[in-house]
Amino acid sequence: MLKGQQSWLFQNRPVIRAASSVVGPEEGRGPLGADFDVVHDDLTIGQKSWEQAERALMEEAAKLAIQQAGLNESQIRFFVGGDLLDQIISSSFAARTLGIPYMGVFGACSTSMESLALAAQIVDAGGADYALAGTCSHNCTAEKQFRYPTEYGSQKPPTAQYTVTGAGAAVVARDGEGPVITAATIGRVVDMGIKDPFNMGAAMAPAAVDTLMAHFRDLGRSPGYYDLIVTGDLAAVGHDISLELLKKNGVPIEETTYSDCGLMIFDRSRQPVQAGASGCACSAVVAYGHILKRIRSGELNRVLVVATGALLSPLSYQQGESIPCIAHAVSIERGGNE
Amino acid sequence: MANGSKQNANPAQQQYQALAKSKEPKRPLLLNCVRAFVTGGLICVLGQAIMEAMIHWFGYDKMKAGDPTVAILIFLSVILTSLGVYDKIAQWAGAGTAVPVTGFANSVCSAALEHRSEGLVLGVGGNMFKLAGSVIVFGTVAAFIIGIIRAIVGEGGGS
Repeated sequence: MLKGQQSWLFQNRPVIRAASSVVGPEEGRGPLGADFDVVHDDLTIGQKSWEQAERALMEEAAKLAIQQAGLNESQIRFFVGGDLLDQIISSSFAARTLGIPYMGVFGACSTSMESLALAAQIVDAGGADYALAGTCSHNCTAEKQFRYPTEYGSQKPPTAQYTVTGAGAAVVARDGEGPVITAATIGRVVDMGIKDPFNMGAAMAPAAVDTLMAHFRDLGRSPGYYDLIVTGDLAAVGHDISLELLKKNGVPIEETTYSDCGLMIFDRSRQPVQAGASGCACSAVVAYGHILKRIRSGELNRVLVVATGALLSPLSYQQGESIPCIAHAVSIERGGNE
Repeated sequence: MANGSKQNANPAQQQYQALAKSKEPKRPLLLNCVRAFVTGGLICVLGQAIMEAMIHWFGYDKMKAGDPTVAILIFLSVILTSLGVYDKIAQWAGAGTAVPVTGFANSVCSAALEHRSEGLVLGVGGNMFKLAGSVIVFGTVAAFIIGIIRAIVGEGGGS
């Protein structure tokens, strides 16, 4: 049900029946390493190319989530997914393997929550009993497509971010046990004229703040409603800026714990990730691996995940265009009977 | 915002860009210079050592000893790139590993490795100069211009 200008309130309380997180070696060495379902110690995931490796991660995460939900592929009505690669090949090719009716979406690194919001909306509206939301990214495919060859020796500035290798998937169900998706806010594209592709955090921070403020306005909530609010991949620079912007706009963010998935997944003091993490999988594996486990265990009751995405292409920044950004928020709360 | 430079950004954007700039951690310029000097210098020392060895032990004369020296440095760089080490050294060394001939070799080798999955012709052949290509183009253009200047101004300098 539409609430306010750009939010959905899910009155039929779709639940996340099961969720999975599959990551690469660097993520496994990070502080959340123990929370992930599968940690691969080989970046190639046993595949011939980086692109195949990313696809393999997506397939593994999807199958794992379906299996953990006690279902099989034929019971999942729709798969909503996307990724960072040209023509979202990782998700589409994974959907070919899974054989589930598929909707490909692109929101760059905000795809995790965009797909989850859409899956929840489909289930809430009675369009499916089970829907799968998923996304993936791979450090080497992102480097190859957006930056330089992976083995090229260029010095990254301190504002740069490290794309997470991993995939996350969630099975959204009409009923059953599990954390409930209660609301979602779809963001608009915000562009404050930042052009530096090595400073995505600064480019994305205004989009995250825009969506956060829209969410609080539409649902009549304040930050204190949530135990935890996390942004997707603003990392150190963007997180800092977003705090400043929230303060400037009079949002009492100090009422809650406010963090960023891009800061949680790596330990910046001992891992070579510059400002922190980025990538579709960043918010996906932190939300599906770490946060959902905390909700299930009762440590957290209400969490808002605001996944952030930079909607640029290598072509657009080489042509001197600024970086348009977006953020989508999904509110996940502890189910009644857990 | 199609071609939006800072001049035609609106006031809100200008204000935000100033805030973002103030929050941006600066590159450690002085430290980077020192690191580049040390690693770049070490690579040159290694090159000099190889050259001396070529002259003293392999019978090259001073003019010709540069050829095997460059070949060996390129070979070493390609080995380090293939082992996945060169980019890690480069993150520390910056221009120190980018400027010498080893950096050029790394740019060609890394692109060739990266695009091997797209095949030998379209992948390796079509992409291995995608980073080095501009160095070759503008190096040639610069040499051409200097050559013309030298022709006009007269011989001068050199031999």
